[in-house]
Amino acid sequence: MATGLYGKAYRKIQDIKGPLIFLEPVKDVRYGERVTITDSQDHSKGGQVLDVGERAIVIQVFEGSDGLDKKATAVFFTGDVVKLGLSEDMLGRVFDGSGKPADGLGDVYPEAELPINGSPLNPVARRQPFEWIQTGISAIDIMNTLVKGQKLPIFTGAGLPANRVAVQIARQVIRQSGEELIVVFAGMGITSREYSYFYREFQESGALANSVLFLNLADDPTIERILTPRLALTTAEYFAFTKGRDVLVIMTDMLNYANALREISSAREEIPGRRGYPGYLYTDLATNYERAGIVKGQRGSITQLPIVTMPNDDITHPVIDLTGYITEGQIILARELDRKGYYPPINPLPSLSRLMNLGIGSDKTREDHKQLSDQLYALYAQGKDLEKLTAIIGSEGLGAAEKQIIDFTTRFESEYINQGDQPRSLEESLALGWDLLSGVARGELRRVEDKYVDKYMTKRAARAAGD
Amino acid sequence: MIQGQISRISGPVVQAKGMEGIKIRDLVEVGELGLIGEVIEIKGDAVSVQVYEDTDGLKVGEPVKSEAKPFLVQLGPGLLGSIYDGIQRPLEIIREQSGSFIQRGATGEPLQTKKAWHFVPVAKAGDAVGVGDVVGTVQEGPTIQHKILVPEGVSGRIASIREGDYTITQPVARLENGDPIMMVQVWPIRQARRYAEKVATGIPLITGQRIFDTFFPVPKGGSAIIPGPFGSGKTVSQQALAKWSDATVVIYVGCGERGNEMTEVLTEFPHLEDPNTGAPLMNRTILIANTSNMPVAARETSIYTGITLAEYYRDMGYDVALFADSTSRWAEALREISGRLEEMPGEEGYPTYLASRIAEFYERSGRVVCLGQDRRQGSVTVIGAVSPPGGDFSEPVTQNSLRIAGAFWGLDARLAYSRHFPAINWLTSYTLYLDALREWFTKEVATDFLDLRTEMVDILQREDELRKIVQLVGRESLSEPDKLLLDVARTIREDFLRQSAFHEVDAYCPSKKQYYMMRAILAFYHQCQTRLGTMPYDEIAALPAWEELSKMRYLPNDNFEADFESLLGRLTAGAAEPAPAGARS
Repeated sequence: MATGLYGKAYRKIQDIKGPLIFLEPVKDVRYGERVTITDSQDHSKGGQVLDVGERAIVIQVFEGSDGLDKKATAVFFTGDVVKLGLSEDMLGRVFDGSGKPADGLGDVYPEAELPINGSPLNPVARRQPFEWIQTGISAIDIMNTLVKGQKLPIFTGAGLPANRVAVQIARQVIRQSGEELIVVFAGMGITSREYSYFYREFQESGALANSVLFLNLADDPTIERILTPRLALTTAEYFAFTKGRDVLVIMTDMLNYANALREISSAREEIPGRRGYPGYLYTDLATNYERAGIVKGQRGSITQLPIVTMPNDDITHPVIDLTGYITEGQIILARELDRKGYYPPINPLPSLSRLMNLGIGSDKTREDHKQLSDQLYALYAQGKDLEKLTAIIGSEGLGAAEKQIIDFTTRFESEYINQGDQPRSLEESLALGWDLLSGVARGELRRVEDKYVDKYMTKRAARAAGD
Repeated sequence: MIQGQISRISGPVVQAKGMEGIKIRDLVEVGELGLIGEVIEIKGDAVSVQVYEDTDGLKVGEPVKSEAKPFLVQLGPGLLGSIYDGIQRPLEIIREQSGSFIQRGATGEPLQTKKAWHFVPVAKAGDAVGVGDVVGTVQEGPTIQHKILVPEGVSGRIASIREGDYTITQPVARLENGDPIMMVQVWPIRQARRYAEKVATGIPLITGQRIFDTFFPVPKGGSAIIPGPFGSGKTVSQQALAKWSDATVVIYVGCGERGNEMTEVLTEFPHLEDPNTGAPLMNRTILIANTSNMPVAARETSIYTGITLAEYYRDMGYDVALFADSTSRWAEALREISGRLEEMPGEEGYPTYLASRIAEFYERSGRVVCLGQDRRQGSVTVIGAVSPPGGDFSEPVTQNSLRIAGAFWGLDARLAYSRHFPAINWLTSYTLYLDALREWFTKEVATDFLDLRTEMVDILQREDELRKIVQLVGRESLSEPDKLLLDVARTIREDFLRQSAFHEVDAYCPSKKQYYMMRAILAFYHQCQTRLGTMPYDEIAALPAWEELSKMRYLPNDNFEADFESLLGRLTAGAAEPAPAGARS
């Protein structure tokens, strides 16, 4: 690439530290400006201005500072903030974490160029989410309904099948929507095993044709991960708000993203907050997560499904905690269910979809949905408490009603949650829910009204009797 | 006009040189785009400015200008029903100008300058007026009379004042010394508005929420905090309070929270009726929305903008409730700016002045005698949500807020998991206002209101102890009175404290109905206690009255007295008899 394209080469480098270059002051440098850096071998790397002062200019190098020196390294300023070229041809393509094609299919010719940081959506221009997205998973569809325009993270632990759940959701929502919905997938710091898993799954299921993948591998430069979710979200905004598509953005793993942020912060010698993460972690995560939503008077929507690993299954870890405060609920995978061999191992008790009520009900899912879901929750919560009690005093101390609830709990886990890879329709999920309730005395069902019990529970029982 | 130039840019903090004569907290315009910022530090010949907009693309050497004035909010008719960002930019107008996404450098007048308001004088020519005196009124929306007050620094005898239609910048009155009085005035947000004196608070803020009104009431002019881990229903509780509380004016500050939540408020409030006036809720509401993806410095400011607007309506003699969701995000904004200034951090990286800033903010609540000859009273109630990391209440923001606020409404994730809403923990929460409110409850609701409350609290305390025993030895080994207590406690929890925000009747519960519900539960409890000797507990547990108790929250909210009197009759007679075999489903 001809260096002349970028104008003058600046070589007055003071320090190189971690992913950062400290350059002597240069006139007219913009904050946030994109730069190109070439090393002695004339290899070029991308970078961005992090701090502009009279004493030094700080540049973060996306591909890492390996191989850079003080003498031969040259910095070229572009006069522009970091942008991404966008086109509808991106569908079906795979890019690396910095947005370069990774599938050998050549460059994409951009139709538009947008700054990857986006702009904040004016709160008065937002439309309230109103439509649910069917994932085919009962623990989500019935218990924690995903709604278009929502950001609903999956909190997982090391070794739990979050990626399998993510791929399953991607596949099913594309199919369910009649290929109306597209998926933008951002992988940050994923292993090559995961990489080939995602690639294979997307390709074999045919989902790839309706997806755009940005994949930053575990051995790719860490700093690139700062870009990856922004590229994915800029792509999503383009498809949603320029092309009117419904977009589901899956981002895995946001813990790796936050760790990259921490790395830069420590290289800049900033005052660390909790567990070494910078004080602006909340703001930074929010600028990514808040890019979900629906805009008034426009077609299209962005729904986010970030995946975050809980280190040591600790839900109070800062990245998990801040994510939970920004997103509209959370789906939590439980090791206990996974150990029993149940898939997907979604623990409904601490899981929550805050926007659920906007997407369900008589004209959207079914009139009894809310009460059924509340009742399943309440009984399962009660059942888990009773299980603990039984462990201490034995099942002899339990009354008949309590035994029914224990039975319910067992079935709820082994049949309702443990549904495997097979998607369930809404009707199937609802019917199975009522079927589970039918084993419990009416007096214990405090959250469902008689009219629904009569309508749905008896119907099911009658049908069962007729079989 | 002071003009200097940018010497350094680091995120939301920009340094400038050549700004001699500038003061701390002065407003500046940064760069070619004129981004708005505030001076927060002066160090040698450089000043540090926190910029309220994204600084991407700024260059060293770009101009920085200032009029050497602090950031002022505009106060006048037209505030109600508006939605502003943290620096009082009208978001609707910004949207009309620059589209769905907020572009940098966007500006808009906070108040409509062209609209004419009908001014009706209260004072007349020849009256001597001073700061805070009401010279006239303007009907602001269908329910609220906006009082036009003599602004700070103005006093004298009125030369002319006339009824008529005026825009906010046209003088509605003129003093003999020539000073005009206009409907609009300005105020620096970081300075509390003046009042004559603070007075004791004795009237509760009625919220229609049983856990708040009965268990942990807060007076008009008091302050409360709602801390809780994520998913415990902080925002739902805040919004329920904003909807149902009987304040005249409600200010809702969405500080660093979710965009979709602001949308929810914006979508719902215009359609909801104010339970006290019947007008749309939006007519009494001002929203300050600085969502988490909007610039961090403006988030820090949003709290002050909100409370200044609250004080302005207080000064008219109104009861104002301010909801801040969430104060933790505000504290984090302070931390972020402090970090950029490279200040020595205190606890968990927060600046050492965190405690004093929190105290300053909550102390702007209170019931006051306003300035002005009529000595009218107004109040500002502050209810702040706190988002402690990991739900750990020992963190600095919660602890510093606790020291100041008079009521603590602790949210509990375990209650939320079992879908018990509002998920306020009845054991850890408290209010310091019971004594101040005793007289009101005794007079306005019932003489034994607080006694019943105390009994309920005691039952729940005792339940907590018994549950620990049950965990060890099982329920069957408890004595019959204890079993009864557990069932009564369950009724209190599930049928009294639990309240559905989505049910049309249950969403709001009048104080009197709360009182009747308490009476019914406790009357039945006492009735059962007298029977324990003569009736096996299993039969008591199967009495149909339990079910009646579980349904009383759905009794209509008006004219419920008769229903309750007959229920009370049944509880002590018929319904307390065992059901005939097969009658219970």
